[in-house]
Amino acid sequence: MSVTVSTTVNGDSVDFVCAPDETLLDALRGRLGLTGAKEGCGTGDCGACSVTLNGRLVCSCLVLAVEAEGQEIATVEGMAAGETLHPLQRAFIDHAALQCGICTPGILVAAKALLEKTPDPSDEEVRYWLAGNLCRCTGYDKIVRAVQAAAAEMRRA
Amino acid sequence: MPDTLPFPPRMGSNAGQPLSRRDGPLKVTGAATFAADNHPEGMLYAVPATAAIARGRVTGMNVAAARAHPGVVEVYTPANRPPLMHDPDEKLGLFGMRMEALQNDSVRYAGQPIAFVVAETLEAATEGAALLAPEYAAEPARVTAETGERYTPERVGFGGPLSVGAGDIEAGLAAAAHRLETRFETPDQYHNAMEPHALVAQWDGDKLTLDTPNQAIVMACGLFAAYFGIPAENIHLRSPFLGGGFGSKAVPTGAQILTILAARELGRPVKLALTRQQMFGPVGHRARTWQTLRMGLDGAGKLTALHHHSTGATSSFDDFIEPAAAASRTLYASPAILTTHDGIRLDTGTPGAMRAPGEASGSAALEVAIDEAAEVCGMNPLAFRLANYAEVEPITGKPYSSKALRECYEAGAKAFGWASRPLAPRQMRDEAGMLTGWGMGTAVFHCPMFPASAEAVIRADGTAVIRTSGADMGQGAWTALAQIGAAALGLDPDQVEFESGHSHLPDAGVAGGSGHTASAGQALHNAGEDAVARLAELASTDPASPLYGTGNAGVLARRGRLYARDDESRSESYAEILARAGKPQVEGTGKGARDPASAETYALQAHGAVFAEVKVDPELGQMRVSRMIGAFAAGRIINPKLARSQYLGGMIWGLSFALHEEAIHDRRTGRIVNADFAGYHVPVNADVPEMEAIMIHEDDPHVNVLGVKGVGEIGITGSVGAVANAIWHATGFRPHRFPVRIEDVLPSLS
Amino acid sequence: MKSFDYIRPASIAEAIAAAAEPGTAYLAAGTNLLDLMKGGASRPDRLVDITRLPGLDGVDRLDDGAMRIGTMVRNADLAHDPAFARAYPVVAEALLSGASAQLRNAATVGGNLMQKTRCSYFADPAAACNRRSPGAGCDARQGENRSHAILGWSENCIATHPSDFCVPLAALGAVVEIAGPAGSREVALEDFHLLPDETPERETALERGELVTAIRLPPDAAGFAAHSRYMKLRERTSFAFALVSAAAFLKVEDGIITEARLALGGVAARPWRSKVAEELLKGAALERRTFAEAATAALAEARPSGDNAVKIELARRISIRALLLAAAGTPSRLPALPGSPLSSQYGDLANA
Repeated sequence: MSVTVSTTVNGDSVDFVCAPDETLLDALRGRLGLTGAKEGCGTGDCGACSVTLNGRLVCSCLVLAVEAEGQEIATVEGMAAGETLHPLQRAFIDHAALQCGICTPGILVAAKALLEKTPDPSDEEVRYWLAGNLCRCTGYDKIVRAVQAAAAEMRRA
Repeated sequence: MPDTLPFPPRMGSNAGQPLSRRDGPLKVTGAATFAADNHPEGMLYAVPATAAIARGRVTGMNVAAARAHPGVVEVYTPANRPPLMHDPDEKLGLFGMRMEALQNDSVRYAGQPIAFVVAETLEAATEGAALLAPEYAAEPARVTAETGERYTPERVGFGGPLSVGAGDIEAGLAAAAHRLETRFETPDQYHNAMEPHALVAQWDGDKLTLDTPNQAIVMACGLFAAYFGIPAENIHLRSPFLGGGFGSKAVPTGAQILTILAARELGRPVKLALTRQQMFGPVGHRARTWQTLRMGLDGAGKLTALHHHSTGATSSFDDFIEPAAAASRTLYASPAILTTHDGIRLDTGTPGAMRAPGEASGSAALEVAIDEAAEVCGMNPLAFRLANYAEVEPITGKPYSSKALRECYEAGAKAFGWASRPLAPRQMRDEAGMLTGWGMGTAVFHCPMFPASAEAVIRADGTAVIRTSGADMGQGAWTALAQIGAAALGLDPDQVEFESGHSHLPDAGVAGGSGHTASAGQALHNAGEDAVARLAELASTDPASPLYGTGNAGVLARRGRLYARDDESRSESYAEILARAGKPQVEGTGKGARDPASAETYALQAHGAVFAEVKVDPELGQMRVSRMIGAFAAGRIINPKLARSQYLGGMIWGLSFALHEEAIHDRRTGRIVNADFAGYHVPVNADVPEMEAIMIHEDDPHVNVLGVKGVGEIGITGSVGAVANAIWHATGFRPHRFPVRIEDVLPSLS
Repeated sequence: MKSFDYIRPASIAEAIAAAAEPGTAYLAAGTNLLDLMKGGASRPDRLVDITRLPGLDGVDRLDDGAMRIGTMVRNADLAHDPAFARAYPVVAEALLSGASAQLRNAATVGGNLMQKTRCSYFADPAAACNRRSPGAGCDARQGENRSHAILGWSENCIATHPSDFCVPLAALGAVVEIAGPAGSREVALEDFHLLPDETPERETALERGELVTAIRLPPDAAGFAAHSRYMKLRERTSFAFALVSAAAFLKVEDGIITEARLALGGVAARPWRSKVAEELLKGAALERRTFAEAATAALAEARPSGDNAVKIELARRISIRALLLAAAGTPSRLPALPGSPLSSQYGDLANA
């Protein structure tokens, strides 16, 4: 059984064919060449595969590719506007909030989703919201600083 | 940010700057290509099937069902696995381990690969592996201290001595005013780098391209090559980024060898990406220890004897004994010190180096024991540590090449507010009524170096390229090594192209032991100096150059120009020198390695002091670290921004060791019952407080030419003890096994 | 995972028809189902995707004052629905104390009820598990069972239901609305999850092909909004299942409890409501001693199913804490770390 799926990915209409047992993460990485989202666990426990579906932050390893039919997907590849990095991306570099970089795409997508809802979060709210994004290197406190710096910049904008 | 020892005067000033990581833009946009991101045309997917028993034999598998599954291309079992040119049960080199590559039907641990399925899609390979439904002749699993076989290993760690000591322990104990014997248990921990091990293999004749994260790129090529009977140069191993390594990604593992084999047999590229669950077994771990510390103390609170014994677990078929007692060799002064080890064989995968091997587990025990000793003497834990401060390395009597530990204690204690700490436990509550405790630990890590080499080329336009097979697993090799190379060349990092991260480059050695910056950095430094010396040679021998006659030691290199050392008005740019000489470039080479003389003369150790505050719910026992401050002295800091990340990361690993991480085996089957991120807890962001790492200035002219000691692992050491000691201070409960659990502290609560 | 057919029905009737065949599973968010399928503990032949069925995602106040929550409402959406959170702050807090942002965003109300135990032996296809394979035996019984059941377990199964959400629902007397081949029916949430007894494989009251369509909170459930709390003891500050948890609800007049509700989580194969404790609390003053007696009564029948005796004491203590906090008053705004005893301060108490 193979299924044609029509979606929007980072603003572009995209059609692909997949089997029902393929995850959205595997379709993004294998079929669409969008390898920014990573598989850290495959079981929804680490957040490295975070993307948004119709603006909703989810783990793409626990979404079937067929479920993406008609939905808008946003990945880390869509965060920057051309060459201009998103404030979160810049803040992560400036605050050394990334090391190995595997968890980073998922954390950026998650942090963006947080700030869209909560533009002025407390540190504890950031730590709680990002609890689903494991970082092993581990830059947790710097990540909070980076998110707060980006949030401040975005509030000023 | 602390400035550091000036580089030798020929160099510029780029090192020491807190540059942001150069790979940052690639990583924040998702454009950085990790091994599993590669999808060559025609690629197949490989999935290992793993054993569900811990000991015994596989007696049958439904290979036909797996083969019949749509999309499955090949199923390898011991019955049809093509031959390898090296026996997987023979160790290879200093770091190579015995592995499982389907050499026979025996099972040595749960999670061991027992078959290998290759298919057109990942889904088909995964289901093919599931359809194998293996049958076993199982023998009882030995996964506890009681059932394992106790033995005396020949060495600990990578070739370390079993026993080291000086002085008479029993005499020291006999003379002591107080004697203390205390026991500790540390659990199995798994590296769990966020990037699971992955490999994409592509053959072209007898040439092999490997995309795989690796911490020792050139060395690994030699190991991989041995299994396939090809020269190491035939392998192009590309490892531009590692999604974390922590010691688990240096040597080949069985599944990787099988992937390469399948690619050769099937004539197509093959990708392997282990699942998280498959990371619990065949790719190493930090094994359990059972440690005993015996201490004698005189009336003034000085150690009269310190005996640290550690029993380490290893597998039934290979040896890696955690050198945990080594932590006690260098830290505290005592007229008698003895550090000893033995081993227990269990039906687990073979352990290996995991971030701060030896010191992490050993310091966890030592630092709690030291606090217990301070308590026995009625002393503040900091005062006790200062009373037992080692001015020279205790066992060897060698001077330290540098040791700013006293300054670490002072700066850390001041920043933390340690002076107002009540001596007795259970004295502090916060405004919400939480029991609050303060604890500390001393951090220590040795400073190994590995042989490394590098090239530097100054080009006609005055820019340069530097080359070494560095491994960036997040620590920042792309940035810090480039800074060193650029500094040696007298150029800004922006003017220096850095080729790194693959095997067709000079050998950068091992990114391990916190020694990569020192080792590969020294090679780059020397290569840069060599290139500058050649440039100086051209200029100083050319009558048309303003530098004519200076001699190549008579110049300074800065900002792309050479200056006469005694008259800076005489200068010339690199481009001008090369243009006049009619040369497209000058090339330099350099090596990095430990100077045996300095290792012979000096004790080489980095130090630090970690302070932690823990809150404990007075009825429920739930614990949370609410503050953590470390102060570290590790020689020259090449990039304070990246070094800080390494310190903080290490401290969080210490927090995790103290409160979270533990792989739990089912006692009957030997399977790990929590082999995923839902069950194997590492801290989440909400477990981690605001924290700080203070860098203490330390000039070290002896450790190596750069004065670099290394920062990757020291943060764990001291931190476990700091958290455990804070728990004691909050509750009165003294942790002796890790991780500390709610039920452990509960009896001490109301 | 095993290959399967994927069906996206247009109506509830179509979904139920499609699910009539053995080997069919409903797919909601899949946060638990896909995890189990990947691990091999669940191997359905076909998935019926109910995420796009119309009319299942409403949160509506009914004429009689009851609150009806559609089965496809996402956990995060429900918790952040201002009217809902004001009326049922503990339900919101329980929802937000669970899992991670990603999973709460995806997971559905119905899926939360239907999620499986996190007993590692259930999830491991190589282990013996009566719940997964009837008659196979229970490896957990002699295995690593520190987090297993202390109430309502049997020799056949010692698993717990992991939901946070269901704990306050049980206390509030929620009703589960079900549609199936034989029509619609209702089951009290308290009776929805079955205790293992002799048939641990029967996990819920659902019959084959039946589908949870909504949860209904009865009209009186909103009356506890001023004095209620959910507290959860766990081994990470966030993103961990409860070792034990408790939802406590009080109605207070002149310092006297006129009505109380208490349910425990992480202790049994279903959320464990203690009517004995509730009776003890009714008419009592807001005193720690009373709460301790009620908590002790709630755990009177508890016994360890393995190496987990400590959970009995922890359940008692978390119950006392939840009652104390409920007595102090519901906070006006959710704590930044929902359900956590370690959360820092958050708004004024008494959400009356």
